[in-house]
Amino acid sequence: MCTMIVEQVAIEGSGKGTSGWFPVRQANVSYDHPFDAPLEHALNIDFVNEAQGPGARVAVELSEASARTLVETILAVLNRAEAGGHLETQISAKLR
Amino acid sequence: MYQTNMYEGMLAETVMMHGHQGDLINAYFARPLGPGPFPSMVLVHHAPGWDEWYREATRKFAHHGYATISPNLYAREGHGTPEDVAAKARAGGGVADDQAVGDLAGAMQFLRSQPYSNGKVGIFGTCSGGRHAYLTACQTPGFDALVDCWGGRVVMAKEDLTPKQPVAPLDYTQALSCPILGIFGEEDRSPTPEQVAQQEAALKQHGKNYEFHMYPKAGHGFFYYDRPNYRQEQTVDGWKKVFAFLEKYLA
Repeated sequence: MCTMIVEQVAIEGSGKGTSGWFPVRQANVSYDHPFDAPLEHALNIDFVNEAQGPGARVAVELSEASARTLVETILAVLNRAEAGGHLETQISAKLR
Repeated sequence: MYQTNMYEGMLAETVMMHGHQGDLINAYFARPLGPGPFPSMVLVHHAPGWDEWYREATRKFAHHGYATISPNLYAREGHGTPEDVAAKARAGGGVADDQAVGDLAGAMQFLRSQPYSNGKVGIFGTCSGGRHAYLTACQTPGFDALVDCWGGRVVMAKEDLTPKQPVAPLDYTQALSCPILGIFGEEDRSPTPEQVAQQEAALKQHGKNYEFHMYPKAGHGFFYYDRPNYRQEQTVDGWKKVFAFLEKYLA
């Protein structure tokens, strides 16, 4: 890609691709040419499972503003969940 | 130029070819039917991958009389839709320069070995493919013409160099052994008009045969009819310049 700005991070969860649900093991975050979004550059996130091949991918291509809003919203939701004691890590700690 | 009373036919198919270090990779190949002799072209796909636009472009060059091959530079990433495979390549920081150059040199050898070759081979690329084409024509003897369409990162700052891209293509300019046509848009941000001016200055400094065109009101990838940056007027003129240049040096 032309900017080559990319980061990879290990994650846990599930993603729904063209063949249904699969375990996602890595998120690839780049700021580069999108395939579909009508922008020259976009914030691209690919949720992938490399062990299952290139097709195990859930992709989003976001404008810069949308990406920043998304990050803030994810953190806000996690903070509310934490305040209410709903996080999985908090529940596990209580059970111990 | 094609006339309406002329016969035209072409063969277009995927083939296997030897690339970097003898690796067997797949490629899309289109050629006019007939004994030739035909000039040949290597097409270098862009960062979004070995996609439909490049298949169409391969057939377009064949329609204009060129035996044309477009190697899948992402062949080692595994197989899937072009987008999924390109996304995997993107996540890994793209392909290594030496591997791309090896694959494209292999494509040139493939074309030269065909019985209908006229002995002339050009190379064309857009976006990262323009950069790879520039690198290859500098590092590999045997090309007779180079078309660099908005190749970004030909000019690179030291901090932009990576293990996969260890040397700025600009630094190889002295070794370029064929004429070059450059097609750029003045609204592009990679390469910027300033970077294109640096590239042109290097070509001039080393006494190279170059022809650069900077299109107004056009940005990155303005030939791509399926993207918002498409610019009809500039694209029509750009293709005319591409084929006039190739006719001059490969016919």
